[in-house]
Amino acid sequence: MTPVSVSAAESAAETSVAPLLVFGWGNLSRGDDALGPLFVERLRALCEQRDLTAQIDFLDDYQLQIEHALDLAGRQRVLFVDASLNCAAPFEVTALQPQQDASFTTHAMSPQALMQVFHDLHGQTPPPCTLLAIRGEQFELGEPPGADALAHLAAALSWAEGWLAASEKTQAEPG
Amino acid sequence: MTFALETAAHPEGLRRVAIDPVSRVEGHGKVTLLLDADNRIEQVRLHIVEFRGFEKFIEGRPYWEVPVMVQRLCGICPVSHHLAAAKAFDRVLLGDAPITASAEIVRRLMHYGQMLQSHALHFFHLSSPDLLFGFDSDVARRNIVGVAQAHPEIAKKGILLRKFGQEIIRITSGKRVHGTGAVPAGINKLVTPEERDALKRELPQMLAWAQDSVDIAKQLHAQNPALYNQFGTFRSNMLSLVRADGAMDFYDGVLRARDADGKILFDGVSDQSYLTLIEEEVRSWSYMKFPHLRSLGREQGWYRVGPLARVQNCDFIPTPRAEIERQAFMAWGQGGLVHATLAYHWARMIELLHSVEVIAELLDNPALVSGDMMTTGVRQRSGVGIIEAPRGTLIHDYDVADDDLVTRCNLIVSTTHNNQAMNEAVRAVARDYLDGRELTEGLLNHIEVAIRAYDPCLSCATHALGQMPLDVALVGPDGALIDRVLRSPQGELLHDLNAPVGLPA
Repeated sequence: MTPVSVSAAESAAETSVAPLLVFGWGNLSRGDDALGPLFVERLRALCEQRDLTAQIDFLDDYQLQIEHALDLAGRQRVLFVDASLNCAAPFEVTALQPQQDASFTTHAMSPQALMQVFHDLHGQTPPPCTLLAIRGEQFELGEPPGADALAHLAAALSWAEGWLAASEKTQAEPG
Repeated sequence: MTFALETAAHPEGLRRVAIDPVSRVEGHGKVTLLLDADNRIEQVRLHIVEFRGFEKFIEGRPYWEVPVMVQRLCGICPVSHHLAAAKAFDRVLLGDAPITASAEIVRRLMHYGQMLQSHALHFFHLSSPDLLFGFDSDVARRNIVGVAQAHPEIAKKGILLRKFGQEIIRITSGKRVHGTGAVPAGINKLVTPEERDALKRELPQMLAWAQDSVDIAKQLHAQNPALYNQFGTFRSNMLSLVRADGAMDFYDGVLRARDADGKILFDGVSDQSYLTLIEEEVRSWSYMKFPHLRSLGREQGWYRVGPLARVQNCDFIPTPRAEIERQAFMAWGQGGLVHATLAYHWARMIELLHSVEVIAELLDNPALVSGDMMTTGVRQRSGVGIIEAPRGTLIHDYDVADDDLVTRCNLIVSTTHNNQAMNEAVRAVARDYLDGRELTEGLLNHIEVAIRAYDPCLSCATHALGQMPLDVALVGPDGALIDRVLRSPQGELLHDLNAPVGLPA
């Protein structure tokens, strides 16, 4: 069997990443499922206005998947963002811990499972991760996000400004 | 006439077992079993709710939007839809004229990167837990974390192979997701020399791991030939694209089909003529259509697509390492076609190896980094684009009006082609493993293993079945509920006659 070693490209990636990662997922064409990527798009625009983008990487995808564990490497804090049918309106914020769950065996993973994979692969505790779940109601293909969902998104973006400020403060503190 | 075990002669009074997982993106699949009082299998059906509103989602849009929009049909293989749509609109804009050499090279690189990342995900992360630990092993261990803990090198290879494929997609399509690289009549970006060189540096490692992957799959067959040859095995026709000279080709080619003995049924048929070959049948109990070859009819004309079909439908694989592996695979069939459901995994890893070899060739092609990106031709009213997606043959078919709006759209996705085959696989497993026995989680997982071998778009849902809610109802001949067993997502069994009917969404 050919041994596995971390590639040069992977090592480089781990040493050059921004300290903060905002990762949203969902499908822009499935109604309120667009909330995750829309959040990323709008927060990125906000950060560009304030010249904060050097400190933050913004990523989005259709769903969380196993290789996204590599995107956690080298981060100080991670914010996961997804639309949710189960959370209270307008949004819920949860500090996450690594956890093995049923999502390991599917094409889509939970952020807790992703953190567990990071731990098992790197032998390290993953960076502090927070889940921002934004309340959605309908997820039909070809439908735009609903008015309620967009209001929830606006509220979540207001909360994110506080998260950013707290992150800046954390980075500014010595040691 | 129906297929064996498709419809019970007297369904009244039989016990119904529903395996009913749900999925957010890829559709909804469930298996129902009807058992008599002695647990004998009377009826087995795999029902699939496909993507909703495919055609309505696309019709009325300008054609140039469609290759980007169709990526949102499926979060699992968006690149396949992107390229199939682009190929169809090539036909609309160019007629028979080819796209430029650079456009074809860049698109091919994107597509083989997609094949690599998709096959790596399926084998290493969705199927290896079953294959390494056993189909009825401890469900708490039968997942990728179990693999990461017991075989960390295997888990990491899977991740890094997939990451390499996705980096190729990012470079060729412009973005990690929602790429725009392929456009009707060409592409909108070349690969830079720096991007090419970065990918080339990774190639030796990826090639070695791809070879390892084939070896793992081959060893699994060699170690337990009785299981791997017989599990969910049935004979079928095979359909795929092949290159005009009979070589394996995932991006373009002509349609070829073989019968179950390996005899060519048709060959060299233009992809534009697919409707002369394939007919889709609707059955009342499933939302997914059942395609079959018109020439053979519904009962004899159904077929398989995907890795098992492609590896055996072609005359050769045009890269050296994968061709050696194809020959070993064919030798396993001892002169006939290999029909084993689990052989999909072995064939899939041969394709993974081939993909890496093709990527190496494409990265050495100067047209990748220089040359014309777009071309022109004679406008047509319609076009068909067919590619071999990771799960099998993917067909996009469009009509475009003079105002550039799409007026008709027909898509046949890979999982649809394999609908009858997956039902046959489930019935074979039910006959061999479940018939007359008490149902356990491990036994039900055997059914999922058979479905998962096809890597259908619903496999994300079905794979989690061991930990998904399960609702088993025992109904008496008079329709009265005699017993009800529910399994929670945590695996706890609860007998509750008063539980609400239906599973949580």
